[in-house]
Amino acid sequence: MATAVMTTLDPNSRSAARGMSDLTIRNLFIIPTIVFLIVFNIFPLIYSLGYSFTDFRASSPAAANFVGLQNYRELLNDPFIWSNFAITAKYVIVSVVGQVIVGFGVALLLNRDIPLKGLLTTLLLLPMMLSMAVVGLFWKLLYDPSFGIINYTLGLGSFEWLSNPDMALYAVAITDIWMWSPFVMLLSLAGLSAVPKHLYEAAAIDRAGSFYTFFRITLPLVAPILMIAVIFRTMEAFKTFDLAYILTSQPTTEVISIRLYKMAFQEWQTGRSCALAYIVLIMILAITNIYVKYLNKVKER
Amino acid sequence: MAHIQLKNISKTFGNHTALTGLNLDIGDGEFFVLLGETGAGKTTTLRMIAGLEKPTEGQVFIDGVDVANWGAAERDVALVLQQYSLYPRYTVRQNLEFPLKPKIRRLPDAEIKDRVDRAARTLRIEHLLDRKTDRLSGGEMQRVSIGRAIVRKPRVFLMDEPLSALDAKLREALRTELKNLQMQLGATFLFVTHDQIEAMSMGDKVGVLNHGRIVQTGTPYEIYNNPRDTYVASFVGSPPMNLIDGKLVNGRAVMAPLNFELPFEGRAKTSGATDGRPLVFGIRPEDVYLESGAPVEARVHDVENHGVEKILTLRVGDAMLRATVPARTDVEIEQPVRFAWDPDKVVLFDKGSGINLRHAG
Repeated sequence: MATAVMTTLDPNSRSAARGMSDLTIRNLFIIPTIVFLIVFNIFPLIYSLGYSFTDFRASSPAAANFVGLQNYRELLNDPFIWSNFAITAKYVIVSVVGQVIVGFGVALLLNRDIPLKGLLTTLLLLPMMLSMAVVGLFWKLLYDPSFGIINYTLGLGSFEWLSNPDMALYAVAITDIWMWSPFVMLLSLAGLSAVPKHLYEAAAIDRAGSFYTFFRITLPLVAPILMIAVIFRTMEAFKTFDLAYILTSQPTTEVISIRLYKMAFQEWQTGRSCALAYIVLIMILAITNIYVKYLNKVKER
Repeated sequence: MAHIQLKNISKTFGNHTALTGLNLDIGDGEFFVLLGETGAGKTTTLRMIAGLEKPTEGQVFIDGVDVANWGAAERDVALVLQQYSLYPRYTVRQNLEFPLKPKIRRLPDAEIKDRVDRAARTLRIEHLLDRKTDRLSGGEMQRVSIGRAIVRKPRVFLMDEPLSALDAKLREALRTELKNLQMQLGATFLFVTHDQIEAMSMGDKVGVLNHGRIVQTGTPYEIYNNPRDTYVASFVGSPPMNLIDGKLVNGRAVMAPLNFELPFEGRAKTSGATDGRPLVFGIRPEDVYLESGAPVEARVHDVENHGVEKILTLRVGDAMLRATVPARTDVEIEQPVRFAWDPDKVVLFDKGSGINLRHAG
């Protein structure tokens, strides 16, 4: 129906004057995007699904042999892959929980009448705007045991952040929290300012304390939008690559996407890495689905 | 229960002056109605008593204690707002329990249940207790919101136009219910409204607020029959009081520029009503009556049939006058009629200031 409407040419429009119909204009804008999407996203997605069932190696001229589910079977039985997943899970939990606590906390602080609130909010959003690689590079400097500013301010001497296998993952998570808490803050702030003021007044009249008001009114009303922030951050954290890759190269920080990268471009196990990529994709989809189900439940309540 | 006093309250928001020199005295157990148009400062007054707003000047006393530094919780008031303010995502029962549950003054569970059930019974919302508040109709929501006020035993009930968002039938029913509730609880009520019918039918006392000032305080009877000025006269009553310019000449009311005369002598005469002084004659429509031998002729301009009565708009020259007549009176539009008034019921206002001569003293 939309097409039918669009094909009729409005004789007074500028496009008509140039001899183009609205439909032509629409196609002019949409078709490049669709072509781009197909060439760079959809096609590789399907093509790699095909490779995931073969023993193809991009480094060798040998033809790909169909091996069925062998790649998947081997990957899912590989304890090393599972330890990569465990590292990833730990990283996701630490970093997302940290971001929610810091981001929501800052949002609570900002959600009142304070001077320079707009400027403050904008400044706090800056980390989010930086490039991952840049953040990784300068946090590497900040963490430096001999001249890094973190050890200097905290008085930790020459504490090893990134070369300490027990600490490195947390160091990466802290960087991620620094960078992405503003995102949670922004969404929380939107949620908080949407809570009607008269509810707080009613609660004050009902003699509810501030904790009670927070847990019974603020939190339930902000929960859905907070949930959305959590979904986004979980998806992102699950596929973290750049930060971890730039900051450290400890085996304890080998999250799944680094393993995937190594498998694909250092060990050239192209077919197998395609299979691993699909496993990761399915996992993210599953997690997101759980969240979305939960989100709908929160919204209904 | 409490006695509330506002002394010389002023409130400004930036450049806007909401209230000026407001004095108010609400007796213990009184149903006080604050009546005024939108923007007159009614809600501000109420919020100041609740402790949600601080007066720019003046003092608020609850039971003789200056409560300037008390928060809303310490003042122990209950507030019912026009927009219900029910807590979303909770059931009706959870909403009613809310004011009883804070840890500091947590009541025993049995007591909470008892109070909630009692409030629900009073407001007839027992069948709704387990429903989520967003699945309620407007009237039900407002009952829940009133219920949340009565589960506690606050010192004062403050109600900010609680009925104005409801449809007429329900408004009438809740009006009676609220009045009964107040009598049953013996509680002090401050009820804010712009609806003069609500004010007249519910209030023990009515305060008329205009542009941030109290114009008149009194019983509904006083307000209705002896309005302090032309504003109150025209605001209270439906249809409003007829206000006609004129002067007194030899015991007759001579209307100018309308050019008709009505007899005016005897008891209604007030000290300030000297011959020739420019006045405004106020007469309620029900005190204007039609009679074949009456002194003034008019034409029927419009007829509104209200069932129990008819409200006629009479045209004299180019002036309009309202008269309430029994429904069986047979009149037609443009029919010539003769009318008179009850001179004892006439209220005289000074033309310049609009003040009732009896109030001016």
